[in-house]
Amino acid sequence: MKKIIFALTVLITLGLQAQTPEARGLQIAKAAEQADLGFNSSTVNLKMTLKNKNGQTSQRSLTTKTLELNEDGDKSLIVFNSPKDVKGTSTLTFTHKVGSDDQWLFLPSIKRVKRISSNNKSGPFVGSEFAYEDLSSQEVEKYTYKFIEEKGSLLVVEQDPVDPKSGYTRRLVTYNKDKGYRMEKVEFYDRKNALLKTLIYSDYKAYKSKFWRAGKFVMTNHQSNKETILEFSDYNFDVNLSDEDFTQVALQRI
Amino acid sequence: MNAIKKAGNATNVFARSWANFVIKFKWPILLVTLFLAVGLGSQGNMEFDGDYHVFFSKSNPELEAFDALQEKYTKDDNVILVLSPSNGNVFTKKNLTAIEELTTEAWNTPYSSRVDALTNFQHTSADGDDLYVDDLSYESSLKTDAEVLEIKEKALKEPLLVNRILNEEGSVTAINITVRLPGIDLNEIPGEVTPFVRKMIADFKEKHPDFEVHTSGLIPMNTAFFESSMKDMGLTMIMLIIVIITTFILTRNIWSTLATLVVVIFSIMSAIGFVGIMGIKMTPPSAVFPTMILTLAVADSIHILVTMLQKMRRDGLNKADALKESIRLNFMPVFITSLTTVIGFLTMNFGDVPPFWDLGNITAFGMTMAFLYSTTTLPALMAVLPVKSKVKKEGTKVRKNWYVSLGNFVVKQPVRLTVISFFVIGGLTYLATKNAFNDEFINYFDESVQFRTDTDYISDNLTGIYNIEYSIGSGESGGINNPEYLKSLNAFEDWLNEQPEVVHVNAFSEVARRVNRSMHGDDESYYRVPDNREEAAQYLLLYELSLPFGLDLNNQINVDKSETRVTVTVDNITSADMIVFSKKGEDWLKNNAPEAMHAIGVSPTLMFSKLGFRQADSMLKGNIIALILISLVLMLALKNFKLGLLSIVPNVTPVLVGFGIWALYKAQINTGMVIVFGMTLGIIVDDTVHFMSKFLRARRELGYNAKQAVVYAFETVGKALVTTTIVLLAGFAVLSTSSFALNSYMARITVIIILAALIIDFILLPSLLILTSRKEEAVAKNMEEAQIAFDK
Repeated sequence: MKKIIFALTVLITLGLQAQTPEARGLQIAKAAEQADLGFNSSTVNLKMTLKNKNGQTSQRSLTTKTLELNEDGDKSLIVFNSPKDVKGTSTLTFTHKVGSDDQWLFLPSIKRVKRISSNNKSGPFVGSEFAYEDLSSQEVEKYTYKFIEEKGSLLVVEQDPVDPKSGYTRRLVTYNKDKGYRMEKVEFYDRKNALLKTLIYSDYKAYKSKFWRAGKFVMTNHQSNKETILEFSDYNFDVNLSDEDFTQVALQRI
Repeated sequence: MNAIKKAGNATNVFARSWANFVIKFKWPILLVTLFLAVGLGSQGNMEFDGDYHVFFSKSNPELEAFDALQEKYTKDDNVILVLSPSNGNVFTKKNLTAIEELTTEAWNTPYSSRVDALTNFQHTSADGDDLYVDDLSYESSLKTDAEVLEIKEKALKEPLLVNRILNEEGSVTAINITVRLPGIDLNEIPGEVTPFVRKMIADFKEKHPDFEVHTSGLIPMNTAFFESSMKDMGLTMIMLIIVIITTFILTRNIWSTLATLVVVIFSIMSAIGFVGIMGIKMTPPSAVFPTMILTLAVADSIHILVTMLQKMRRDGLNKADALKESIRLNFMPVFITSLTTVIGFLTMNFGDVPPFWDLGNITAFGMTMAFLYSTTTLPALMAVLPVKSKVKKEGTKVRKNWYVSLGNFVVKQPVRLTVISFFVIGGLTYLATKNAFNDEFINYFDESVQFRTDTDYISDNLTGIYNIEYSIGSGESGGINNPEYLKSLNAFEDWLNEQPEVVHVNAFSEVARRVNRSMHGDDESYYRVPDNREEAAQYLLLYELSLPFGLDLNNQINVDKSETRVTVTVDNITSADMIVFSKKGEDWLKNNAPEAMHAIGVSPTLMFSKLGFRQADSMLKGNIIALILISLVLMLALKNFKLGLLSIVPNVTPVLVGFGIWALYKAQINTGMVIVFGMTLGIIVDDTVHFMSKFLRARRELGYNAKQAVVYAFETVGKALVTTTIVLLAGFAVLSTSSFALNSYMARITVIIILAALIIDFILLPSLLILTSRKEEAVAKNMEEAQIAFDK
């Protein structure tokens, strides 16, 4: 009898250990990607509010179009509506699962498209607390993973960026497994592994009863005490955009 | 006269009953004072604050302006690491690889928010409509010789690098680490940033022995402040040894030396308790308080002990009687001198520099406690200790001593000495006006401090350490892209670059020019600010999108894009020149730019430059009040209005003499020296009090004429004044060895002033006393030579 208990204990322990934290982390990230598959394309308007630690604010407004791709990373197009001086300026980005992304910018003042060749995705996006890498498409291949803990329906996974030029050593991402693995919170640790920023997602809505999108992102920088709020409105999942809408020519048409 | 006599008797009665009380209850008094000292001492909590902000009061307008600027952009405390490869060329594969490695490691500095180096400089280039933004030297170990050469050419042409991160020869380069301190814990710099940086440098040097590394910046400066506080506190031990030796020589008694030691240690313990209770953080100026208290407190004990032992040895009194007599004779003088010293130190509160408030308050408290312990613990201890003394058989014949000879010398020629004295004092006073304020904070540290020598190296070989910043507004949101604004900013940048004292200018107009060139396929003719607002705004948007983590423009442009920051690095120039230069910049903007662009210059350099003037202005009132108060105390103590007024001369002139001699020595004064007037006034007044009171006693009680009274005063207090002066000189001489100029200069001029005070009290004061008493000399006794009893 004792032998059987012992054998069972060993089996159970082995069974639990069969999946390493790394594998479980990856599994969760893939599950999240899987849950969001099939939205094809979407457009959304977004208002960005920058706040410094004295509470002074500054606003920008943008429109974003996204095209889902499976074999490679998503394509996105961002158009600036304000401030006035940059109205009509737009960026086109092809995210790649491996290697650096391609990016073009259309400048209406000179009516030309410029290609930005840079490995830098870690800098602040238009002076905000969001880095470009925080906003770009979250491809599974861009990180290595490690499962940390489970708290009810919440799963915490550590993600280490593959890109050596990333501004972070790691991110701690909290997924909600009951709500299509949507992200609830991300904590960013800087190069010296000190907590730099926290991003909280709120006002979630499930579009087409499947695709969870947050209505509001609040990014707080703990080191500078600055804050950036993103408010999304008018999500549209029925625009049926195609590759033609994400070309340099299309960029100039906006 | 009767009323005064009564008052005099009253103090005598009080002092006598005090002495009786102390001796009767010697054990309880010892216990109570021990508990008091230990109790206060147990509250002690010595924390050091090295942040340079401590030198500025909350209401300091320069500090407010600088903080406002830092709020708008980023708070930039920094560490500059300067690397000099032994081959004299930064641009080799090996050297670039080492620099890149150290740059990567520098990102791990606690609280770092930005690292600017040669290798991670964001170089922009264009090829048609393709814009390339990348590290100047990424993965340097893989570069070919041709690529290294190309990097060198790019770097030496880059205005943002040359004279800031790289010298013109390409032989010395810097890594600038910007640190954003939360400012919550005093330990952030000394406990976290500094140890990390030091270890990083040590590791780097071990791996790359062919590099010399020098360190400067605001963080190392704070560390130097912190370490010099600790070091100056260490001077206390030296002073303690001096106190023991001096007391022993003067009293020739081991028990007296022990009792004195107990008194000064109790006083310091109490002061440390005061520091803890008040939550005062130690800074370089205030960290000298133990030495100050030691120096000043020991005089009280010596006066009481010397008289007591004299009574035992010479007059054959028993211990208790000698003690009582000593207290009766010394209670008032010790009280008065303590009071004036306390007043002198408290005047430091009138100044505008918080560390000196602390120094003044701690020392004032310590002196009050020293008075208490000298009149309680000291006699109680002497009553308990087995003090024995042989009665010396001494003849009644007058012993001629040096002091009497000096007295006779003065008495013979009062007019001549007065004239000579005033002539000398007048000349030195004129010279005193030739002193100029200079608070170059690098020079606060002498060459024994590594921060100083490293910083000098950096100024000599790479860039300036002093800077001035202007936050230049456009008057509207997004207005920094307005061509009018950019043109004016560019003109300001050009004007600054033409100024001889300017080493480097960092202005947003340079960014605008560079991006404009890149947008036109690197065509040099477009190296100018854009002509069109939308163009400028869109170029900037594009450029900002291409910058990496920590190298953004947030330190240069505000959130609203309505203001930009101009940072001007200048040569090592004096405080006065710095103020003039900053004003010149402000005036240029007023005369050449639209109103929204008018700005005032701010920076830590400028804050220190103006500190001395601000301190002097605010201390003026305090000094006048101190002079009035102390003169009043003197009038009351001497019970003589005329002599009280007269005392102003020997109390004020030593300071004039001191600064006059200083003009011959250095001619540059700093903030630390502003407090000297009030402080020394409280100390040197003791000489005057002692001398005048003996003079008056001879006149009133012994019926001597002025000349006889002067000789009597010389004979009775001459030696005491010389010995206390020696103790004071020793104390301040110890402080003058400080490596920190606010302390060492203050101590050095105090040495001069105390010495001058003694000379003036021995030459000018007696002459004046004789001259002002002339009219009353009608009934003077004719005396060949002053012959007076030794008794006080």
